[in-house]
Amino acid sequence: MSLAFSEETRAKHDRLLTRYPNREAAILPTLYLAQREFGHLSDEVILYVADLLGFTPARIYGVATFYTMYNKKPVGKYHLQVCRNLSCSLMGAEHLIEHVAMKIGVKPGETTADGRFTLSTVECLGSCGTAPVMQVNDDYYENLTEESIDAILDGLR
Amino acid sequence: MELVLTKHFGNERYRHLDTYTELGGYEALRKAFSMSKEAIVEEVKKANLRGRGGAGFPAGVKWGFLPKDLSRPRVLVINADEGEPGTFKDRLIMSRGPHLLIEGIVITCYALETHVCYIYIRGEFAREEGILQEAVDEAYAKGFLGKDILGAGFDLDVTIHRGAGAYICGEETSTINSIEGKRGWPRVKPPFPASVGAFGRPTIVNNVETIADVPWIVTHGGDRFHALGGAEKNGGTRLVGVSGPVNRPGIYELPAAVSLREVIYTHAGGLKDGKTLKAVIPGGSSTPVLKANEIDVTFDIESMQKAGTMTGTSGVIVIPEGTCMVRALSVLMNFYAHESCGQCTPCREGCGWLAKILHRIENGQGRKGDVALILDVCDHMMGRTICALADAAVMPAQSFIWKFREEFDQHIRDQKCPYGNRF
Repeated sequence: MSLAFSEETRAKHDRLLTRYPNREAAILPTLYLAQREFGHLSDEVILYVADLLGFTPARIYGVATFYTMYNKKPVGKYHLQVCRNLSCSLMGAEHLIEHVAMKIGVKPGETTADGRFTLSTVECLGSCGTAPVMQVNDDYYENLTEESIDAILDGLR
Repeated sequence: MELVLTKHFGNERYRHLDTYTELGGYEALRKAFSMSKEAIVEEVKKANLRGRGGAGFPAGVKWGFLPKDLSRPRVLVINADEGEPGTFKDRLIMSRGPHLLIEGIVITCYALETHVCYIYIRGEFAREEGILQEAVDEAYAKGFLGKDILGAGFDLDVTIHRGAGAYICGEETSTINSIEGKRGWPRVKPPFPASVGAFGRPTIVNNVETIADVPWIVTHGGDRFHALGGAEKNGGTRLVGVSGPVNRPGIYELPAAVSLREVIYTHAGGLKDGKTLKAVIPGGSSTPVLKANEIDVTFDIESMQKAGTMTGTSGVIVIPEGTCMVRALSVLMNFYAHESCGQCTPCREGCGWLAKILHRIENGQGRKGDVALILDVCDHMMGRTICALADAAVMPAQSFIWKFREEFDQHIRDQKCPYGNRF
């Protein structure tokens, strides 16, 4: 097996193991560490995490596929996640999703050919008072308009 | 009016321990350590602090469900998996006043003789998690967490556990499974978490806002907290979120004795751009919708029940005239279909079917009998599943149809959306 955590991630992982009464409870945070380190959770990464924690790959894969924030496929450098739930829709989200799609030239669920952007529609991001909202990687962008989206996308290089 | 939570939220430094303590923070904890554990629980019972996560169950009563014997260590879980559409209040507490939550956690754990706490925060809240983790680290460094807190001989460890994008993980047994490293599948109850919860231990799961109220209750007493609500059995203030096209969307800290009309027109400034009100979803997407002429109702739990709906998470979604109610419901059903965990057939299949039928009605392909079919599917979902997600989907579906039936019929009759398939 060629994959392995860096020394720094390994240390983080050792620390998080101390926070739980068993190794099973460390599965979710370990998958996050793996996603950060390796980009996405490929089959190879799942095998590595299974081996690291001492569970079957099926057990780890079952968890990884249950939760939407674990990327089983590669995503672009910037993962654009536009909320499509009701509060955002009432404030124009449908139109903004079309605008983003047109601007970067891919449909929701797709990644641009240069690997820069992945566009996803997501459910409520818990930011309804500042709708419409989009999450780009870890950051929220709120009160979106066509103009502000253009400026945000132009800044993501 | 006295503010329990948001008084200092305008102060950017309030999230840091030094400013928090300068403004009186952690004094409630000192007081709590001088009280008996029973006395603290008694104050919370008197306070009529009802769970702020949506169900409104009295926190003190819930705590009373823990088994009396201490042979098995107990766990406190904080539900910070805020995901009910229309709800964005816990995020505010965690980003502006994380130490309110941490102080509430220490007091609660002390009162419940618990030495382990997990804060389950939704994965999308990366920024809030960072702020909260910083606050937890500060609290450890200054002796408000860890061993022998404030020299009172009480130990407590707090760990933030990050969710990964599943709405269902806000259901308390699903939260527990997710902390244990499993899929977020709700558990069959009984046993209830208070007897068999996280890692098989007696566990209490409380919402962020609920626990953030605890320091104020300890400082000022349960009776005063109860009185703040202004409505019988509805203690304290509540963080009410208003979203949709209003002039001042946002979070307002309000007593229960406020009418829904005041929330929308006085606090949130009414609808913007001259729009008129069509409907209101009062407590997050799962609560039954109200028509524009039904908002003269007091926003306490019992009055809202009498009005056929719920306070829920007090996330008010304002729907203006000109909105297609079929499309709005279709958006909500897409959400429930996406978030059903798949464990129970009535929910997994039912939510999917509701979404499909609504989609075809909205897109001009509705069939005669589709409305009756939706109501029939609802009947086969409500109350027939392990958790309340199916009920949460049924409540908007039924209420939208009961109150806006003509719009559904018109879509099917005309084989098109009268609003042009747009919001």
